Amino acid sequence: MSPDFPWLTTLIAWPVLGALLLWFAPKALRPRARVLALGIALVELVVVVLAISAFDTGTAGAVQLSETHQWIPAIGASYAVGVDGVGLALITMSVLLVPLVVLAAWREQGSDAASSDSLRKYLALVIVLEAFIVAVFAARDVFLFYVLFEAMLIPVYFMIGGFGGAGRRYAAVKFLLFSLAGGLIMLIGVIALYLQGPGGPDGFLTEKLTGVALDPTTEKWLFVAFFIAFAIKAPMFPVHTWLPDAAEQAPAGTSTLLVGVLDKVGTFGMLTLCLPLFPNASRWAAPTVIVLAVVSILYGALLAIGQKDLLRLIAYTSVSHFGFIVLGIFAFTSTSIAGSSFYMVNHGLSTGALFLLAGFLVARRGSQQIADFGGLAKVVPVLAGLFLVSGLSALSLPGLSTFVSEFMVIVGTFARHPAAAIVATLGVVLAAIYVLWTYQRIFSGPPRDEFSGMRDVSATERWAVAPLVAAMLVLGFVPAPALDLVRPPASVTLDVVGVQDVPSVALEGSDQ
Amino acid sequence: MTFTAPDIAWGALSPVLIVLAAGVLGVLVEAFVPDRVRRPVQLVLTFGALVGSIIAVAALWSGVRSSGGRDVLEGSLLVDGPTLVLQGALGVLTLLALLVVADRTATGEDAFAPSAASVPGSEYEDLARRKGITQTEVYPLLLLATGGMMILPATGDLLTLFVALEVLSLPLYLLTGMARRRRLLSQEAALKYFLLGAFASALLIFGVALLYGYAGSLRYSDIAAAVATPSALDPLLLVGAVLLLVGLLFKVGAVPFHAWTPDVYQGAPTPITGFMAACTKIAAFGALLRVYYTVFPSLQWDLDVVLWTVAIATMVLGTVVALVQTDVKRLLAYSSIAHAGFVLTGVIALDDAGISAVLFYLLAYGVATIGAFGIVWLVRERSVSAASDDDESDEALRASVLGEATHLSQWAGLGRTSPVLAGAFALFLLSFAGIPLTAGFIGKFAVFSAAVEGGAWPLALVGVLSSAAAAFFYVRIIVLMYFTSPAHESAPDAPGAVEAGAPTAGADVALTTDDGAGAVATLVAAPAPTTTTTVVPSEGLAAVAIGVCALVTVVLGVFPTPVLDLISDVARFLP
Repeated sequence: MSPDFPWLTTLIAWPVLGALLLWFAPKALRPRARVLALGIALVELVVVVLAISAFDTGTAGAVQLSETHQWIPAIGASYAVGVDGVGLALITMSVLLVPLVVLAAWREQGSDAASSDSLRKYLALVIVLEAFIVAVFAARDVFLFYVLFEAMLIPVYFMIGGFGGAGRRYAAVKFLLFSLAGGLIMLIGVIALYLQGPGGPDGFLTEKLTGVALDPTTEKWLFVAFFIAFAIKAPMFPVHTWLPDAAEQAPAGTSTLLVGVLDKVGTFGMLTLCLPLFPNASRWAAPTVIVLAVVSILYGALLAIGQKDLLRLIAYTSVSHFGFIVLGIFAFTSTSIAGSSFYMVNHGLSTGALFLLAGFLVARRGSQQIADFGGLAKVVPVLAGLFLVSGLSALSLPGLSTFVSEFMVIVGTFARHPAAAIVATLGVVLAAIYVLWTYQRIFSGPPRDEFSGMRDVSATERWAVAPLVAAMLVLGFVPAPALDLVRPPASVTLDVVGVQDVPSVALEGSDQ
Repeated sequence: MTFTAPDIAWGALSPVLIVLAAGVLGVLVEAFVPDRVRRPVQLVLTFGALVGSIIAVAALWSGVRSSGGRDVLEGSLLVDGPTLVLQGALGVLTLLALLVVADRTATGEDAFAPSAASVPGSEYEDLARRKGITQTEVYPLLLLATGGMMILPATGDLLTLFVALEVLSLPLYLLTGMARRRRLLSQEAALKYFLLGAFASALLIFGVALLYGYAGSLRYSDIAAAVATPSALDPLLLVGAVLLLVGLLFKVGAVPFHAWTPDVYQGAPTPITGFMAACTKIAAFGALLRVYYTVFPSLQWDLDVVLWTVAIATMVLGTVVALVQTDVKRLLAYSSIAHAGFVLTGVIALDDAGISAVLFYLLAYGVATIGAFGIVWLVRERSVSAASDDDESDEALRASVLGEATHLSQWAGLGRTSPVLAGAFALFLLSFAGIPLTAGFIGKFAVFSAAVEGGAWPLALVGVLSSAAAAFFYVRIIVLMYFTSPAHESAPDAPGAVEAGAPTAGADVALTTDDGAGAVATLVAAPAPTTTTTVVPSEGLAAVAIGVCALVTVVLGVFPTPVLDLISDVARFLP
């Protein structure tokens, strides 16, 4: 495929058009909204495959498929998109998740006229969110990134607030205000960064702002302004408190996108904006960030163990996993950064699967409390099996893709910060507790009578989860294609930050 | 002594002259045109004058862009880039506001009392209402106010500044007191506005006197020259400058000169509130910009203390107090106070980027404001007893629809009952909140970056923090409209519960008149328990205005380049 074709713009424009079509669908089309949404999402998936074929994996460290156009020259903003290996991997993961979320929503909501019309609007929001997601991972202009970073809150806000559980209003507002507060602090940083840079009608381009000589104090402040926004988004301890509420109240499909994809924007931003734009400040802040990351790992895992609500539990496991990702990024070794990038993809797959399966369980039982379940393995064996595989991927069992990435993060971190790596390893042990104990409480034991009529996964549901499980297994045994995408960008990042790589000898034989 | 007639460049004055002449003509129309056709004649006249004024601005544009502008009337008026931008913006926004003002909705009633001079609740008022009298003086008043607003940012000497301020204020005092419903509230608001406005004018004219004493001239350029040369009269200058600024800050509603804003915004007829909120702010900020940038730039170090304090207080207080409002008009009033603070950060920046940033912000804010108040105008209380909800004929609407449903609880579930209207309102709120892809964001970005560039980054920081807090109350309305079920009846123990046809003494209870029309002259804002919330269909005019405002808000948010370029092309003051 030709790399000159505007692949990324197509990937952004197509869902926007699709969402408009869904939202303003003529009456005759409305009952077909689900098929329509699925079709739109699948076409997007095809376009992504074509875009991958146009991407030269040999030079995955370089930004490819770039397009740059003037947008608002008066304030220096351009429409500039382009991806390196990491961006492409994340876009692929997101675009893979969207049709699955559409399929899952299929099952989740009722089929009468009123609810199917509300489903149509929900699906339109999902599809428009897809456009924002692709655009934010592809943005090569700080202003454009900021605009998307903030604007994508609005569809998510309506997805939580309009379609969630009883406490949805509180959760939606909390989500929005946390994110807005972080984003607005970042706004000051964005403005100040532009004024420090070369300026001009395209002064917001990331490449123009990289390598700008900044006053050390200014650089630290700017780093802090950006980092707070990303830490809230990621979410890291101590600004993670919005996530459990949002995940508890949102429909499972929303949580899949929110935790599986949107929160990656936080870690992606740290990797592609904080480090290259503020290399000195990143090195200055690294010890603090690493401590916070380790705290997130342990704190998230411990709280996950204590949760009574299934969706909150998954949310806290994610806090723990995001700790790993941030740890890898700020450990500054090529192995740990590549591991973190790969982790972002794997976490999307594994958490996405867990949220979808939890959604199926909740839809069957009508409750999110773990105590309301028990002995389901005999009643719904396939569901139990899928849940177990997804759960094991959350605890990074060898053979599943998450193992590769978590191992790379820990080994890479060990080479530079042995203490942090050792403490972080405790998180793996805790993960075993929260996953296995949850599985035990829900699926093991004698089957209860009231569950005897419960149906196992339907064909639709199977289709919604199977691709994720397959991807985890394939990438677990053959991670090389994905690693080829994320390794070169990691070396590039290290060069920009100006840190000497520390080779991790142990890795050479283990991940190939 | 011979009098030499000044050479007047009529062409350069034409945007103002057209509007003022039409205003005067409108007064004559009131006197000579028969009752039946008065409204259409006034409408055509007003509409034509505003369009003509916009065309005049466009015709002057290229000349001013190449020459940088000129002074007119011996320097009393300065027709330069910012003047034209502001006059054009005022023309467009007044046009939009006019559409809302002129809309009588499906009830056939406009927002104004049939006879503003009648005593509220009197038989005379009742008679005027039953006769279907409409007050068309509104249109000339609107034009006169607009004329004053167009002069204000163009003034080149202090006396003209004062006169322009009065020309714009006096019609507004009147218009504020003319609400059809809740008339006591409206009249109270007008009185408050008048008294405080007169007070502010007095301070301003005192400042003018002191400055004259200091510089020996009223002309901006002379004062600026005098300011640049040190003298022993500095206290005179400082006090004069501060008093002058106070007079202008009063008009923009900056803390601590904001006390009138919530009451006036709440009491005035809603379409007038929209007009006032958008256009007065634009005019007054235009004058403030000119004075601060061309007359007192060398006083920056002294005035910064005052303006920084005012800006921070305005942003923080406007936001914090808005958090606890329960009335949508008061909430928008406090939000407009907060916005005045945001604009001030751009004014204080004192660099070229600041001028165009402020101009763009005012445009974005004005568009969203007129749209938002236009929607408030259409969301009404409806008496349950007078007509059944199923009866949608105009007659039934006329009998049962009451005043605006301004209590926030009455907005619950609007997203489900009127999705389009609620969607537009949500859009305006998001623009107020400064969410990207709306005009409000570009405006905020522009003023904050001007502030950071001008070294006022602490102001920008306070600005973003209050924006984050402000987002809470904007979002609260969205939550109400979309995620809350409509409350069919408010609680029976709500204050102001009065049976129809049983007027009670006192101004703070619902006063109703009988004759089968239901509670027509409700005097207070507290929701009566016997009402539901309904959206009255617009006659078409207000719908057009709201639609245009929504469109402009999105377009300016996504593709602001043409407008930004247009503004920054000419955003330089004549010295």
